[in-house]
Amino acid sequence: MSPSTFKDFRNNVKPNWCPGCGDFSVQSAIQRAAANVGLTPEDLALVSGIGCSGRISGYINSYGFHGTHGRALPIAQGVKMANRDLTVVAAGGDGDGFAIGIGHTIHAMRRNMDITYIVMDNQVYGLTKGQTSPRSDDGFVTSSTPDGSIEQALPPMETALMSGATFVAQSFSTEIKELTATIEAGIQHKGFSIINVFSPCVTYNKVNTYDWFKENLTKLSDIEGYDNTNRTQAMTTLMEHNSLVTGIIYQEDRPAYEDMVKGYDEKPLAHQDLALDPDYFESLVGEFM
Amino acid sequence: MREEIIWKVGGQQGEGIESTGEIFSVGMNRLGYHLYGYRHFSSRIKGGHTNNKVRVSTEKVNAVSEELDILVAFDQESIDVNYHELSEGGVIIADAKFKPENPADSKADLHAVPFTEIAKEHGTALMKNMVAIGATCAVLRMEVEVFTSIIQEIFGRKGEDMVEKNMQAMQAGFHYMKDSLGNEEESLSLAAADGEKRMYMIGNDAIALGALAAGVRMMPAYPITPASDIMEYLIKKLPDVGGTVIQTEDEIAACSMAIGSNYAGVRSLTASAGPGLSLMMEAIGLAGMTETPLVVVDTQRGGPSTGLPTKQEQSDLMQMIYGTHGDIPKVVMAPSTADEAFYDAAESFNIADEYQCPVILLSDLQLSLSKQTVEPFDLTQVDIRRGKVLDEVKEREDKNAYFKRYQVTEDGISPRVLPGTKNGIHHVTGLEHNEEGRPTEATQNRKDQMEKRMRKLDRLVERFPNPVAVNAPHEESDLLLVGFNATRGAIEEAMAELEKEGIKANHAHIRLIHPFPTEQLKPYVDAAKQVLVVENNATGQLANIIKMNVGQIDKIHSHLKFDGDPFYPEEIYQGSKELLEHESIHI
Ligand SMILES: Cc1ncc(C[n+]2csc(CCOP(=O)(O)OP(=O)(O)O)c2C)c(N)n1
Ligand code: SF4
Ligand SMILES: [Mg+2]
Repeated sequence: MSPSTFKDFRNNVKPNWCPGCGDFSVQSAIQRAAANVGLTPEDLALVSGIGCSGRISGYINSYGFHGTHGRALPIAQGVKMANRDLTVVAAGGDGDGFAIGIGHTIHAMRRNMDITYIVMDNQVYGLTKGQTSPRSDDGFVTSSTPDGSIEQALPPMETALMSGATFVAQSFSTEIKELTATIEAGIQHKGFSIINVFSPCVTYNKVNTYDWFKENLTKLSDIEGYDNTNRTQAMTTLMEHNSLVTGIIYQEDRPAYEDMVKGYDEKPLAHQDLALDPDYFESLVGEFM
Repeated sequence: MREEIIWKVGGQQGEGIESTGEIFSVGMNRLGYHLYGYRHFSSRIKGGHTNNKVRVSTEKVNAVSEELDILVAFDQESIDVNYHELSEGGVIIADAKFKPENPADSKADLHAVPFTEIAKEHGTALMKNMVAIGATCAVLRMEVEVFTSIIQEIFGRKGEDMVEKNMQAMQAGFHYMKDSLGNEEESLSLAAADGEKRMYMIGNDAIALGALAAGVRMMPAYPITPASDIMEYLIKKLPDVGGTVIQTEDEIAACSMAIGSNYAGVRSLTASAGPGLSLMMEAIGLAGMTETPLVVVDTQRGGPSTGLPTKQEQSDLMQMIYGTHGDIPKVVMAPSTADEAFYDAAESFNIADEYQCPVILLSDLQLSLSKQTVEPFDLTQVDIRRGKVLDEVKEREDKNAYFKRYQVTEDGISPRVLPGTKNGIHHVTGLEHNEEGRPTEATQNRKDQMEKRMRKLDRLVERFPNPVAVNAPHEESDLLLVGFNATRGAIEEAMAELEKEGIKANHAHIRLIHPFPTEQLKPYVDAAKQVLVVENNATGQLANIIKMNVGQIDKIHSHLKFDGDPFYPEEIYQGSKELLEHESIHI
């Protein structure tokens, strides 16, 4: 069998995203990364949340699960635990992952299952037509913040570092090469990887535009001596650059959750024979007598 | 000679009440008695009055009784709170240390036994529970030797010396009490049991074991009373079969994770109580819409809100049936004993797999936490049916077409493939979707898919084993008693009392709550002059469901109890009498 190409991960569905939406590039980067790491479409389970970005699971030729708002990660973790042979990628928006789903995001990072989580961060709620997001900058004017946001923006990468994530990366959707490479590294990382992708919403965010990002982003590869295994350096670098850096910010070698669970089978649970050994069952019954 | 005695131990929570009750009960179980134990406890971990009441009988018992024969008291509060349950001939055995006083209007005899002092003589004050059990044996006119094996199991690891000391403390308690009783009539001596080996367990253990027997490998859950025992049991056992429990950050995560696992092909359950179920509702809807098998256990407790977290109630019924927004196919099952809980739990996974929908396994605090005698479970009675899961899928000519995961079929159930299967790629979404799982709002498709989902359950009721457990000795009855979950035993006992007076009573216990077994219940409603629906809630939720499905509103009455305690047979007897005499009930 010939190895897959990114075309194998295409389906014939035309995304309903606005022309110019940053999510198109994320879609394409996932397709390329999946092919590059040698997956076939059926090896991949893509679990997404609700939002414009959440529609992505329907736009890639792979097993796709479009869940509920904010719950992509719990569903994805359930899939991974059931079948550890699958490559599980979760994806969604900044509202999905950092507002309604922030609890799950933090706990998934602590838990460190071998899953890749891609956030399409446009700092606004796209699907519901332009309300503020926990990622919106101070003063950001939206239909729900007519006088400008008065809440602090949540810093996802710093939060990830503090929550014990073992792979923390940020990227920019037009930088398709860097983005693809980052997603590949995330998939290959054994453990939880979070990749926050600046994915501009051309319709509802007129502040954080493509040009704005081009002007303000710094590539970590341009910072001399940057060591992404050094958590302290990662944190100070983020703070020095107002979190606006791209690249792999931090990576740590720590056993994934699946490898630490006592008794958890090497063989995917989904492929096991469910019938209980009668002798084992008898011993369980005996414990109550 | 008695065929049944009711025993209670009371004291401050966290002071060994549990171990006293446990050792006594396990011993009686091993002798072949049938037991039903109910613990009264406060949410506080330490301090606060707690008691454990155990019915010990030569026959099967399934209810808590209001009566009491023997009260073992570790403090005065235990006497003050419980003495009124004791009748003439009852015995209070109290630790002499706190100088127990028998209330003026107490009908029982008080025996002050120096529990603590005797315990200290033979080892440490901690052994006072052994002294109390020894004293109990003296009242029951039975030997303490039956407890040797249990003491051995508990203390064997700490050496023979410990075992010996505990047995001596028990013996000493026995002799002290025997002398104290003198030559009193042997009114509380207990008839011998049949010596059969039976299990002694709480309903939650039975549910957990049923899940294990059904092939469950994953349980994501968030702790809550009275559901936690299920996850605590499975975290001990699932590693034996390669699986695990994950304590999630909340119930939304627990339910969503269970959905993810089930989607990927593993039998996975979660369990909670009312507050957790409220949080799970959106996810349960997702399982309904995506046709993902899912089993959720709801161990009902006192609501609303945080309510009465450690008390009995049956008030989640409406939420379990209607809680989710939109219309989904859903099954709600309600076992009534630990025995049924085991087999129903196992079967719930077959139903979830076969009908590809969420199944709520409804329990209540009384069923979940009452420790009861159960005939040993039979694994050969448990079969595993996965429904329409395809192991292989043929290649399609149209490369762009997805596998039709939501194919419109006659029975509404579509073939399912697990992620990872070649040629099986499809999309799953909570949005309305076409046969391939792609989102669409087309009106005809919406109709087709909604009807397909809803007709999956068309034949469920007729296929469901025993949806209404009926005990109907009379073709025409004066009274039909109806209940669900743990009220079964109390209704049965009340019915027997009514029969003694020549009242023709039938009993129907609803085991399948949704879809409602209308055809199965209706003949008994038709044949009854009056119907009394017995339930632990304030609004008559089951009665309303019956009125909605069966009709005959005029003869359906409610007997409600929502003070946190389980129904006692005596109360149901009284309620029935009131209804029959006044054609209405005001309890
Ligand atoms: C429980 C729930 N609450 C609210 C919504 C409505 N809703 C859908 S998407 C969304 C926010 C979308 O923002 P984001 O996650 O940033 O995704 P984007 O559309 O920007 O890609 C909201 C509030 C919902 N679907 N479910
Ligand atoms: S509204 Fe914004 S996020 Fe949504 S598709 Fe359009 S550009 Fe993209
Ligand atoms: Mg957004």
